[in-house]
Amino acid sequence: MFNAITLSQIFVTDQDEALDFYVGKLGFEVKVDQDLGFMRWLTVCVPGEPGREILLEKPGPPAMDEGTASQVRELLAKGATGGWIGLTTDDCRKTYEELLAKGVEFTQEPTERPYGIDCGLRDPFGNAIRINQPVQVD
Amino acid sequence: MSRAVEESNRRMLRARDAMDRAYARPLDVAALARMVHVSQAHFIRTFRATFGETPHRYLQRRRVERSMFMLRETERSVTEICFAVGFTSLGTFSRTFREIVGRSPSEYRRSAGAPVAAPSCFGMAWTRPSSFGEAGGTAG
Repeated sequence: MFNAITLSQIFVTDQDEALDFYVGKLGFEVKVDQDLGFMRWLTVCVPGEPGREILLEKPGPPAMDEGTASQVRELLAKGATGGWIGLTTDDCRKTYEELLAKGVEFTQEPTERPYGIDCGLRDPFGNAIRINQPVQVD
Repeated sequence: MSRAVEESNRRMLRARDAMDRAYARPLDVAALARMVHVSQAHFIRTFRATFGETPHRYLQRRRVERSMFMLRETERSVTEICFAVGFTSLGTFSRTFREIVGRSPSEYRRSAGAPVAAPSCFGMAWTRPSSFGEAGGTAG
């Protein structure tokens, strides 16, 4: 029935700051950055993987009223909006060290698990991100 | 008002993340409060208002959750696990564990099911035991 998951969304409170983080620090690429008038459509993807985009959406009017948007921002800031992203890498420990040097805030250091080595970090807005180096299956 | 709440929430999350990273170390409320630029009393009060429990209780649940993980998925002794998750006395560990989980560490180990097949941080958040109502007392 379906072919792929192509587009996911997380809330960010500042799209310029989101670009600094997702592109400047995590190394994502901008897929689309377009002013639609009523909102700025901003998506990023992993370099070389344009088939899967993440929409960095700013909560606010006219999609939601200011009162609701402020509730979303408050929940986001305490890490409770529910959205998170899982990424894979070839070398979790190296990625961890590189991002740490860039001032990225981690919630968990690289940890050995049956499925691989993974660690957790937080984006500037409160979203959680997991990075996993999957176990190599020969 | 909202921006002030957002800013406060983000600070409290930053402090909670620091506890998640270093759950086995002693709870240093002074350092956490300094890290997020508030006084100790303000930190404890605001953390509780934000997450529904005190920093001390949050850390206890985090440690008990990690000990449950080790009891389930490793062969380490209860005493070893007690110290590995940051408790300094077996008595306090056993009492806290029973208070939160409702069983002793050994009873829990005997009855534990299969390992949790989810990313570890996800498992850490969702298998952390509740505080049996204590965490819900934001108003009281």
